[in-house]
Amino acid sequence: MRGFGTLLMRDLAQFLPGARKGNTLLPLLFFLAVAMLYPFAVGPNPNVLAATGGGVIWVAALLAAILPLDRLLAPDLESGFFDQWALRGIAEEVVVAVRLLAHWISFGPFLMLAALPASALLGIDGETLRTVELGLLAGTPGLAAIGIIIAAVTVGLRSGGAALSGLLVIPLAVPLLIFGAGSLSTGGEGGIALTAAISLVLVAIAPFAGGAAIRAAREG
Amino acid sequence: MEAPRLAARDLACRRGERLLFRGLSLELAGGEACHVTGSNGTGKSSLIRILARLLRPYAGEVERTGSIALLDQTMALDEHLPLGRALAFWAGLDGAISGDDLSRLGLTDLLDVPVRYLSTGQRKRAALARMLGQQAQIWLLDEPLNGLDRDAVALVEALVAEHIAGGGLALVASHQPISVAGMNVLHLPDFAPGEAA
Repeated sequence: MRGFGTLLMRDLAQFLPGARKGNTLLPLLFFLAVAMLYPFAVGPNPNVLAATGGGVIWVAALLAAILPLDRLLAPDLESGFFDQWALRGIAEEVVVAVRLLAHWISFGPFLMLAALPASALLGIDGETLRTVELGLLAGTPGLAAIGIIIAAVTVGLRSGGAALSGLLVIPLAVPLLIFGAGSLSTGGEGGIALTAAISLVLVAIAPFAGGAAIRAAREG
Repeated sequence: MEAPRLAARDLACRRGERLLFRGLSLELAGGEACHVTGSNGTGKSSLIRILARLLRPYAGEVERTGSIALLDQTMALDEHLPLGRALAFWAGLDGAISGDDLSRLGLTDLLDVPVRYLSTGQRKRAALARMLGQQAQIWLLDEPLNGLDRDAVALVEALVAEHIAGGGLALVASHQPISVAGMNVLHLPDFAPGEAA
């Protein structure tokens, strides 16, 4: 794995929150904004908030994961990075796998952290919060993998790629949402285990799907 | 190190509905350079990308021995980083770029400047530095003289001459004249469909 560390360091420097002029903070702020606005919209009834809050956190997490997609791969294809990596014999699959790891590191753990103030705002109790956090831990790698796949598939689009990728992510993310948010109502480990299983499948597919999509975009 | 070799047999390239060239064969060994000429849109860049195996030819095949470097219109340098750090990323993969190369290219004083503030000619020289750092045997240069002043053009010619003198191989696509001793010329419009084969 030549250059694995070099690639990962560059990716993290670009995608960690706070890097590159604050653009990277947008998903986190969006996530917190939803949690903050939701009680204003449905009213302060603590029972309603506690019953629906976990699901809101999941929806907010999913939508926050869509925000960075258009700058995940497209800039590197346009500025010739993928060509240069290919000349050096670094496979697109390796680049995409590294990018997936960096993408997850830069939003998964931070989303789990942001879920703490969000749960306070939504009046979620400790037990539910634990389920939410475990579910996010199991589900965010899958969300990151979906994001990478969609970013790679739409990488060749000149304009409107961001809107289209948002639309494409939503149906793919529905299984994660059903089992992840579903684990809240059943309170069970079963939902989280299924979420983790879906995540693992998606993470395994993503480098190959993404690599093939990037090669196809280069031919265009 | 094995001697570099770049050969193409009976290449054809199609972009969209248009056949750009066909029946193109070439054979280059270490110490040889070739200047691909032709006006805009004759397929010079496509030929370079086919030879780099970044684009599949419509017909024909490419054989290559040796490491390869490509310089085209993209920089592959992070725009928001200072030039020194942007080059350091590639140095991490390729090995360090020598200080001599940087000073020859006139980049030593620009290492603290973010890449996006560089002028057209400076950007080209920065991309050249990235390519030199690769220490590749085969150079594929796509319009390397664009945006360069007269001194820098002479420098590129000297770099290519030194590269082939050192046993390297270079293929330069450019609509501008480039003078390197012993350079072959391949006039791409000769292979356009409709011409006598």
